[in-house]
Amino acid sequence: MSRNIYWCAAVAALLGNPLNVFAADDNGLQDIRDQIQQLQQSVAAQAQAVTQQPIRSSAGPSSENSFNPAVSMILSGTYGQLKQDPVVPATGFAMNANNTGYTRGFSLKESELSIAANIDPQFRGVGTFSLDPAGGISVENGFVQTSALGNGLNLKFGRFFSGLGYLNEQHSHVWDFVDQPLVYRALWDNQYADDGLQLKWLAPTDMFVEVGGEIGRGLGFPGTDQNKNGAGAGVLFAHIGDDIGIEQSWRAGASLHQTRRVDAVSVAVPDLAGTVSGVSNSFTGDSQTAGLDFVWKYSHNGNIRERYLKVQGEYFRRKESGMLTYNLDTSVAPPPGTNIAGNYANTQSGWYLQSVYQFMPTWRTGLRYDRLDPGTASVGASIAANVISDYSFNPSRLTWMADYNPSEFTRIRLQLAHDNSRQGLADNQLFVQYIMSLGAHGAHQY
Amino acid sequence: MKKILYTFLLLLSGNVHAALNIFACEPEWAALTQQLAGNQASIYTATGALQDPHQVQARPSLIAKARNAQLVVCTGAELEIGWMPLVLRESVNSAIQPGSLGNFEAAKYVSMLEVPTRLDRADGDVHAAGNPHIQTDARNFLPVAEALSKRLIQLDPANTAFYQQQLATFSQQWHTAIAKWEKQAAPLKGVSIVVQHKGFPYLNDWLGLKEVAELEPKPGMEPSPAYLGSVLSDLQQHPARMVIRAAYQNGRPSEWIAERAHIPAVIVPFSVGGTPQATDLFTMFDDTIQRLLAGLK
Repeated sequence: MSRNIYWCAAVAALLGNPLNVFAADDNGLQDIRDQIQQLQQSVAAQAQAVTQQPIRSSAGPSSENSFNPAVSMILSGTYGQLKQDPVVPATGFAMNANNTGYTRGFSLKESELSIAANIDPQFRGVGTFSLDPAGGISVENGFVQTSALGNGLNLKFGRFFSGLGYLNEQHSHVWDFVDQPLVYRALWDNQYADDGLQLKWLAPTDMFVEVGGEIGRGLGFPGTDQNKNGAGAGVLFAHIGDDIGIEQSWRAGASLHQTRRVDAVSVAVPDLAGTVSGVSNSFTGDSQTAGLDFVWKYSHNGNIRERYLKVQGEYFRRKESGMLTYNLDTSVAPPPGTNIAGNYANTQSGWYLQSVYQFMPTWRTGLRYDRLDPGTASVGASIAANVISDYSFNPSRLTWMADYNPSEFTRIRLQLAHDNSRQGLADNQLFVQYIMSLGAHGAHQY
Repeated sequence: MKKILYTFLLLLSGNVHAALNIFACEPEWAALTQQLAGNQASIYTATGALQDPHQVQARPSLIAKARNAQLVVCTGAELEIGWMPLVLRESVNSAIQPGSLGNFEAAKYVSMLEVPTRLDRADGDVHAAGNPHIQTDARNFLPVAEALSKRLIQLDPANTAFYQQQLATFSQQWHTAIAKWEKQAAPLKGVSIVVQHKGFPYLNDWLGLKEVAELEPKPGMEPSPAYLGSVLSDLQQHPARMVIRAAYQNGRPSEWIAERAHIPAVIVPFSVGGTPQATDLFTMFDDTIQRLLAGLK
């Protein structure tokens, strides 16, 4: 377009040159001159308009769907080759969550449908829906976020992934491995989400400093959905981060979580009596978790397109104390002590360290080491003869993966794991996974 | 106590004296802003010329810098779509959100090339608004500079005369420089080239270079050996004089073609800092043209 204008300007300049050499006595001369002058003016006006205003200013046709939100869908599936049944939990963690997220053979993973848009100048809304391959839809995230509170404040409400730790906020399609680290599986049921409020404050500093707090219903594990007023769980977190030159960047954080668990029932818990397929226990008490997380990334010249290295690690430690009711099931051949409650306190912890290396564009490989400590429980006298207090076993796992990313929207992954998280049931696992995203492709978190 | 805290925060932030805190997405816009705002602005550059601007992470440092910015100067046209929307959102800085005075997108002020007629991911990484690599045509800097100067004045009216003076000086120097570059680049007119990424339509449009092939099968996709082989056999039919890539791009595909087609592989700075010679906007084009001319020999 600008070239056209140069042309017009050149033509106009030519036309504007003294032409009277040829047509000194023509009656129409004045007319021609007037026309030329008009032409010159209009060209000049056009040129000015072009340099001063955004180019694409013409109004497009109006339509009903012009305010459609960003819609994206993630399609994912895995093939798993496992020697052991994944339903058996890590040793010492039978009273925790055990959702591995994988099965033997082919399986469609949850497809994720995400819709996001600004609601008005003040709010932005995000809905992420999980489509269960067996049928049914669940709301993974459904929250509203303020966009104009000012002063670095950011308020979120609805259902969202908590800001604790590093991996917790990341959706499954950006995980670097097929599954979450053991510590996330056991202590957070893979990802801690809650219904509630989150307030974050970003400090006005050159360095990234962010603090936040959440209160919620206490819906996600370890919380127990309680029918009561007020908040059922609370989270505090802080993150700091920065660059080191142009090649390195990092983020570190600390988080605290607190909830009260009421009648939290666990099934198939092993006991001292050796009851076949375990017993069902119920726990009521306080749960407090503290965590530390860090991530460090390096790339040559800061160009992540070519090669990069990422190292991350997290540690969580949970203290629980309250009353444990041993073996709720009184119907069949109860061992002594059935349905008797006693004091129970335990501290469980776990950590992982992982690294992912993109060694050439489109190819990455990664290694992860996981470890859990089931702790030594202090068990009240009334149930001490039945409840296992010390498992003397630390679950661990070593995982390797390689993935191929022919485009930003496609990932195909091979993962091998030596899983030693269950005493006497060591397992070598193989997974093949695909993750495809279609539709709007939002920016990824750090 | 509060006083101590504020002093501490001020010390940490370090940008107390500058009139305007500016966040530039790419080095060329940082350089242009520097020309137009002089010492009235403190400029942070989010990416380097050796980084692929399509693929940048929304790093904590970027979020912190955007939080304190009064103006972000970016290319726009979806070049930064993989990271800027998140940086802007997480910065919770309403002054720089899209559509506000503090959000400046250079691509809005130039006429875009290669605007796709259909939008389909099967075509690779296409940008709905057109090819975003507008900074390879020196002429594009004039309308952008004019619009950016206006924006600076709107944000900092107290220094209107200063910004106008800076713009006048820049425009005059730039016009002279364009005339010089066009004269220098005359031998490049009509020269056939191969490009690694579709990053040069504006440069071709300006200097009259003729693009005969691209090494990426689709924009943003890495070329496979088989694809490079087919490009090479095409080159035997329609020979090119050189293969061009931006400084941030991996050299292997270009070198592979260059070696087999017996043509030089030319690296152009693409942005300020892309080559040791490209220290500002003027030397960036000086160096681009010198390197292209050297490729002719």
